[in-house]
Amino acid sequence: MMWARLADLTSRLRFALSRRRVDEETRLELEAHLELLVDKYARSGMTPEDARIAARRQLGNTLLVREEMYRMNSIGWIERISGDLAFALRMIRRNAGFAVAAIATLALGTGATTAVFTVVNGVLIRPLPYPDPDALIGVWHSAQFQGVTSSNIRLSSTMYLAYRERNATFQHFGVWHTGAASVTGIGEPEEVRTLVVTDGTLQAIGVRPALGRWFTPADDSAGTPETLMLGHGYWQRRFGGNPSALGQTITIDSRPRQVIGIMPRGFHFMNADADVILPQRFAGDELRPNDVHAYVGIARLKPGVSLAQASADVARMLPIWIAEYGTSGPVLRAAHFAPALRPLKQDAVGDVGQVLWVLMGTIGIVLLIACANVANLLLVRTDARQQELTIRAALGAGWIHIARQLLVESLTLGVLGGALGLGLAYAGLRLLTTMGPANLPRLAEVSIDPVVLAFTLAVSLLSGLVFGLIPVAKYARPGVPAAFRDALHGSRAIGESRDRHRAQNALVVAQVALAVVLLVASGLMIRSFQALRHVRPGFERPDQIEAVRISIPEAQVAAPDRVVRMQHDIADGIRAIPGVSSVAFATALPMETEFENNMVVTADGKTYAEGIPPLRRAKYVAPGFFTTLGTPLLAGRDFTWSDVFDDRQVAVVSENLAREMWGEPSAALGKRIRVGRVGVWNEIVGVVADVYDSGAHQAPPAIVYWRAGVQRGPGASEYIPRAVTFAIRSSRAGTEDLVRRVSQAVWAVNPNLPLSRVQTLGDIYDRSMSRTSFTLVMLAIAGAMALALGIIGIYGVISYTVSRRRREIGIRLALGAQRGDVRRRFVRYGLALTAIGIAIGLGAATGLTRLMSSLLFGIGSQDPATYLAVSLVLALAAACASYLPVRRAMRADPVEALRAE
Amino acid sequence: MTRRNHNEYSFGVAKGSARADARTDVLQGTLDLMVLRTLEGMGPQHGYGIARRIEQVSDDALKLNEGTVYASLLRLQHRRWIAAAWGSSENNRKAKFYTITRAGRRQLTTATKNWERIAGVMARLLRTAQS
Repeated sequence: MMWARLADLTSRLRFALSRRRVDEETRLELEAHLELLVDKYARSGMTPEDARIAARRQLGNTLLVREEMYRMNSIGWIERISGDLAFALRMIRRNAGFAVAAIATLALGTGATTAVFTVVNGVLIRPLPYPDPDALIGVWHSAQFQGVTSSNIRLSSTMYLAYRERNATFQHFGVWHTGAASVTGIGEPEEVRTLVVTDGTLQAIGVRPALGRWFTPADDSAGTPETLMLGHGYWQRRFGGNPSALGQTITIDSRPRQVIGIMPRGFHFMNADADVILPQRFAGDELRPNDVHAYVGIARLKPGVSLAQASADVARMLPIWIAEYGTSGPVLRAAHFAPALRPLKQDAVGDVGQVLWVLMGTIGIVLLIACANVANLLLVRTDARQQELTIRAALGAGWIHIARQLLVESLTLGVLGGALGLGLAYAGLRLLTTMGPANLPRLAEVSIDPVVLAFTLAVSLLSGLVFGLIPVAKYARPGVPAAFRDALHGSRAIGESRDRHRAQNALVVAQVALAVVLLVASGLMIRSFQALRHVRPGFERPDQIEAVRISIPEAQVAAPDRVVRMQHDIADGIRAIPGVSSVAFATALPMETEFENNMVVTADGKTYAEGIPPLRRAKYVAPGFFTTLGTPLLAGRDFTWSDVFDDRQVAVVSENLAREMWGEPSAALGKRIRVGRVGVWNEIVGVVADVYDSGAHQAPPAIVYWRAGVQRGPGASEYIPRAVTFAIRSSRAGTEDLVRRVSQAVWAVNPNLPLSRVQTLGDIYDRSMSRTSFTLVMLAIAGAMALALGIIGIYGVISYTVSRRRREIGIRLALGAQRGDVRRRFVRYGLALTAIGIAIGLGAATGLTRLMSSLLFGIGSQDPATYLAVSLVLALAAACASYLPVRRAMRADPVEALRAE
Repeated sequence: MTRRNHNEYSFGVAKGSARADARTDVLQGTLDLMVLRTLEGMGPQHGYGIARRIEQVSDDALKLNEGTVYASLLRLQHRRWIAAAWGSSENNRKAKFYTITRAGRRQLTTATKNWERIAGVMARLLRTAQS
């Protein structure tokens, strides 16, 4: 039965597609038939003319038959819709001005929405670009320090070994971290970004190399030839994409390694764009208790295993790890040390979700305003088409026909606007990806894919429906055609009364309300940004500080004393450059969050409720660091080079730490602190002002400054910070010339040291605020668009009202009304609409801005000054928009206005 | 036929043709059956030939507009009961020949049975009415 229906349908379709040909053939058949009939009658003795007449009569009305057959070959609804569509396109061509305005407005709205959605899709919605990404998890731990829980505790090397041996739920498991290394031996030393992985990491991700092979456990073990893999980009840049790069030897950090594999194009490992991939080798001395938790864990779960099961498995392995590797169990238990596994996508995306959804919401509001504008335009146009619609009604068109026609017109406008908007979105996205707002994760994966196209189509159709239904509701309801017919008979034309303007008024009020919401949001962001920039960050004139990172690898300079000597000599060499006022270095400058280090710090004489002292930010700084940065010294003294070379156990702390522990900064002097429970005691010799080390929007953390140079640990262990950032204060910071001179000074001490991350502290500072500034820019653009569209809307409605009421204006003026009075009337009308819109908008804003309160800084979401300012701005703009069309109308001669109607 | 927007007359004519369809439904079905039967009996035939045959069999009792045969042929093609192919006629003119299909034959059997059943019922009904 069903096959018969299907066959029917396909045969009907075939006929429908070739109905013109069928009609032509029928015409020929009928002609031939006629000739045969004529022949038959002629042979029976009739005259040729009589024969033809008789034949025609016998054949019947051929045109009727052909029409009927043509109609039989047509599919009814396709006919109707394509007819409506052709009509709609004709109307658009004929009313080019209106169409251009509508399509342009829609293109702006749809384009912006599509662009933001593409970003939201690429960053938040799309799964990670790896095979079966739902099985990938990040392996973290959580711990509590004095009531503050941190869920970002990384793994240690011994943990890696223990988990690798004993897990039951991981198909692949590995740890990784990013870093930098120097490539030497080819021209100038070059610093490259590295990704250091253990065996199992790349397997977990599942992306195979384009050339060569993965690492194997052999590469991870000592004693085998050292290997590396190249990232695609670096392979193109350095080796020109030559496959002979495979097997070549490259010197990384003064050690030769052989290239064994090259990753494919487009491979991104978790926002880390690495130039080379190195295998992680755990040397013997790293496998000691209490080693550093510096490695990020990643695992692919076995099929069918859930996150909860994996968590339970890690919890099972924790005590085993503690027992095997001698880590202090009681300490960890007191800290509520526990597994904190989460989906890998969460690690990749971070906390950018909030920002993006807020953006999506604001752009959606802009689209609504654009739709309101177009709806207004459509109302005006449909109003002007009353005559045409009346004739249609008179010819028998039901309201459904008219509604369908109007809807098809609106949908056509919507789709055309959407197509243009897609082009705008594409251009905007290209701009976005080249600008690359910092800290936007997965930016490289943002692209227009079928989901985005479907979204654009849906949005175009939906907005076409939304603004199309408004004129339909007014002019194509049941009963309206009857009203049209009455209008033809001379009774009241449709909607001369006041309620005709209701729809337009409502639309303008809605536009103003939406614009208010957006402008309030933009205003709040502007004030947040201002507040951020007013924060005193703890250093002065960051644009005058050049930052250069220099790392002295163990393979080049083994002895720790020589390392600090070298760092000291480099600092001296740089200080000698003309224009440089001071130089110092540290393991991390303020806001260099990638080098952030936190430690458990115990103070002498302090006990803690739970037994675990809190985590503190820690840095190793050279003498002169605080003066270079401009951080004021509040008590005591700075480090000196004799402290460094004489191995004195001294430390400096930040003001908030001093106040927290001992009340007054000066009270901190002389107190002793150390790392953990077994570190060497250091005496506090100085207290400095707070520094906004995590960026301007977070409170300045409590910082412990250890001195540069060799640190003796418990037992005979020594530690020297090998990778430090030099801070160079100079009026010529940021210039090529200074960088060149600095490089020469560095190479004068050691020609094999590459300089990396050359930038000013100002750049770092701007980057730390980049998320806020990015949000601000986007919201400001949206707010500006909303304001412009709202003003256009008000202008449009007022000028339309004025033009419809020209006769009335003419009469009033002729009867002696003052021009000023008439003007005021219309301006009051515009302001009244605006006032209602502002009132509604302010109400909505108080509710909606709560959703973005996490993005704000320094002000609440109900800041009265912002709301007031927005109201004033809108009122002023609305007053102008109401005044201008009236002014034009006033200049016309009243007599002309009377004559025109 | 010139290219016209068929919507333009659909407003006015729509109602009219609806009424006409109801009335001519029975007639159409009957003509379709006749055409089908003719093709089954005569083999492949063109429109003129079918018209002549119907005229002959009905002894001139049926005076139909012969153009409607083509509409009937189109309906039958839609239902795939007949198939069309171009060929040459007796006087070597190009003509479209129609052939009954297997489905058409099945339909013919079914429709014939139906007709006979209805005719029988109608006959009994009318006879009893008379008597």
